[in-house]
Amino acid sequence: MTSTSTMLSLASAPPTASLSVHENLKGRLKLGGGSLSFNKEKANPFINTKSFSRISMVAAVKISRFEGVTMAPPDPILGVSEAFKADNDEKKLNLGVGAYRTEELQPYVLNVVKKAENLMVERGENKEYLPIEGLAAFNKATAELLFGASNPVIKEQRVATVQGLSGTGSLRLAAAMIERYFPGAKVLISSPTWGNHKNIFNDARVPWSEYRYYDPKTVGLDFDGMIADIKAAPEGSFVLLHGCAHNPTGIDPTPEQWEKIADVIQEKNHIPFFDVAYQGFASGSLDADAGSVRLFAARGMELLVAQSYSKNLGLYAERIGAINVVCTSADAAARVKSQLKRLARPMYSNPPIHGAKIVANVVGDPTLFNEWKAEMEMMAGRIKNVRQKLYDSLTAKDKSGKDWSFILKQIGMFSFTGLNKAQSDNMTNKWHVYMTKDGRISLAGLSLAKCEYLADAIIDSFHNVS
Amino acid sequence: MAFRAVMSRRVTNRSSDIGARWMSTWWGNVEPAAKDPILGVTEAFLADPSPSKVNVGVGAYRDDNGKPVVLECVREAERRIAGHSNMEYLPMGGSVKMVEETLKLAYGENSEFIKDKRIAAVQSLSGTGACRLFADFQKRFRPDSQIYIPVPTWANHHNIWRDAQVPQRTFHYYHPETRGLDFASLMDDIKNAPNGSFFLLHACAHNPTGVDPTEEQWREMSYQFKAKGHFAFFDMAYQGFASGDPERDAKSIRIFLEDGHLIGIAQSYAKNMGLYGQRVGCLSVLCQDEKQAVAVKSQLQQLARPMYSNPPLHGALVVSTILGDPDLKNLWLKEVKVMADRIIGMRTALRENLEKLGSPLSWEHITNQIGMFCYSGLTPEQVDRLTSEFHIYLTRNGRISMAGVTTGNVGYLANAINEVSKSA
Repeated sequence: MTSTSTMLSLASAPPTASLSVHENLKGRLKLGGGSLSFNKEKANPFINTKSFSRISMVAAVKISRFEGVTMAPPDPILGVSEAFKADNDEKKLNLGVGAYRTEELQPYVLNVVKKAENLMVERGENKEYLPIEGLAAFNKATAELLFGASNPVIKEQRVATVQGLSGTGSLRLAAAMIERYFPGAKVLISSPTWGNHKNIFNDARVPWSEYRYYDPKTVGLDFDGMIADIKAAPEGSFVLLHGCAHNPTGIDPTPEQWEKIADVIQEKNHIPFFDVAYQGFASGSLDADAGSVRLFAARGMELLVAQSYSKNLGLYAERIGAINVVCTSADAAARVKSQLKRLARPMYSNPPIHGAKIVANVVGDPTLFNEWKAEMEMMAGRIKNVRQKLYDSLTAKDKSGKDWSFILKQIGMFSFTGLNKAQSDNMTNKWHVYMTKDGRISLAGLSLAKCEYLADAIIDSFHNVS
Repeated sequence: MAFRAVMSRRVTNRSSDIGARWMSTWWGNVEPAAKDPILGVTEAFLADPSPSKVNVGVGAYRDDNGKPVVLECVREAERRIAGHSNMEYLPMGGSVKMVEETLKLAYGENSEFIKDKRIAAVQSLSGTGACRLFADFQKRFRPDSQIYIPVPTWANHHNIWRDAQVPQRTFHYYHPETRGLDFASLMDDIKNAPNGSFFLLHACAHNPTGVDPTEEQWREMSYQFKAKGHFAFFDMAYQGFASGDPERDAKSIRIFLEDGHLIGIAQSYAKNMGLYGQRVGCLSVLCQDEKQAVAVKSQLQQLARPMYSNPPLHGALVVSTILGDPDLKNLWLKEVKVMADRIIGMRTALRENLEKLGSPLSWEHITNQIGMFCYSGLTPEQVDRLTSEFHIYLTRNGRISMAGVTTGNVGYLANAINEVSKSA
């Protein structure tokens, strides 16, 4: 983990996984005695050959345009689950992907979701295309959840909300918008951050650089470094902030720190860009977890907010989220919304309906909404209990006097253990504990029953591996 | 540059009141986007209060009462699924089961390519998502290539390859004089394109014209593609919808496969399974061997990850439930045929009505064309009159969605078309 900010402008960098296809294609084909090349300058082999149909048949089968396509590396996060599945050891533990598990380590479909789905089947609604911007009822519900229904930004219709393909898709839409309307503007992302953030901005051709965030010495927030790096960035940069439950560290700024962050962003004319993937999941309260976003909005700032219902409604697979752009006028919001639609149309035309309907049904029905809040408190509560038990186990077993209290201070699904790559590898290779190489463990995948085993693994990796 | 103009306004604002600074906006340079030519039609239709309004704009199937249809097989599949599926993320490549069944539809139930695992395939966000993934893949791995797109084509094709930053060329397709295929010019364009060019082909039921090559013409195209070493990318959004028989509708693809081409295919369940809003489809690329297919699939996933991470589950579950159950699959095939037959019936009815009205023009093309759309030959001005005088909504290229025509409105539609075109 780097403790200095690195300026990594990747606007023109080619994707690392691709080779020069032309290098590969030149002169590689052999057919009979001679060799075929796909260099454009050479004569077309099909036209010149005499036994036309025989050779062209064989040649057409052997030759591919995509000869030079190499194997992409496994995704650092989603690849962990795949490796876990392949492991046969009974002690194995999957602390990789951030998907909530029950104490029995089973996936959990929320009761309100089952109820909503059954309601939808009963009603027998049609499956027509949604408009490009998504389901209106969902867009209304999601913006109100985020800002509060009585918030001036909502009342004054200053929020452009477009349904997106969960957090990823919403971030990608925003990134495409930045590329088109703020060419050359940079996005500042925390060091570290969710692995896919960089991919999203790279593929959208938006340059990014990092601001200091994680301090390995305190296993806490490097606040001074964060402020300094945000100040040092060119005016008018976009600052990507995690609204709550920072991924991967679990370290969130305090309310006082959020105020100071807002100050420096305003001072530098930056645009705040929130990724809110855990509203309700961090503290158990939807309103409390939206505090940072609402603080910025209350200052009259224009901001971007990407939302996801993957975790808090357990709708991982249905890809439901939204991109919100808060503007200073309703007119600007309308124009921004129209351009977001124009970016979405050539990506997927219109978003999938199923998840949107579930959210709209749950949020729109007071009984279901209250049930949802209760289930969310239950999930957040289980994670808090697991944190406590892990901390207790570590403190009891570790005789070195190391301070493990950061586990209790961190919040949300993840904990940044401070383990480095070699130590993380030890967790997997020796203890069959699957986690990401940056030292992140998903507490959502941990049960009370396994806390002691995990504590042993962490203590061993931390002290015996360097 | 607009951005810099915004910047300098900001810097000169010396107000010490932070709030006042934020009265102006970052988004001053954002113009309102033009309405999407296709989806915008439905928006306008919905806003029209006239009781006699007719929507023959967007290509979504309607029954004879003009109502959207959810297939019985889909309802049954949903009953089985509701409240039971866990919501775990699909793999980046989507539902394996759904992709397997989908490949069988395109490549053939017993396709050797499936057996030999030579197809790189991923679940996609319907047809749009499949085309976009392929366009991005083409850009990344064949950065010097262009895409040849037929004239005309579905408007969003241009947006897709443009946003993927792949340069576009066009090739002749529609012949306005005959309202049919301009085959001679099409073949010339294939021959004149540089060797190894990428071509976008509509597998069946060409959108927006409804004009498809004959089987012989497909064979000639395939032959010429071989001679030139071109790459064929098929957009198949209407399998089953064109003739009522999915096997027959895949004929163009099967011809190219027989001839040894390594093709790409975008498939969609929006129309043929009525799953429009669920966004279910599949992108496949036929490779020379299994190893390459594995590599290509991994790269397609790599492109999908920063776009949406993994595709939505629900629609895929519906598809695999239906196609994985012989009874449900048979029911689906029957229901697709019903939809296709109704459309064929409406084509006949529209043409007969126009002829009965004594229209001086030829309307043969209505029954010659196939699939959901009819390229009427009406001019944009005539279309505007249809909308403003008769409250009939369609796209300005004169494309009529036959799926929106019913026994209840076909007479009204024929009369309106006759009125605006009889003095042409």
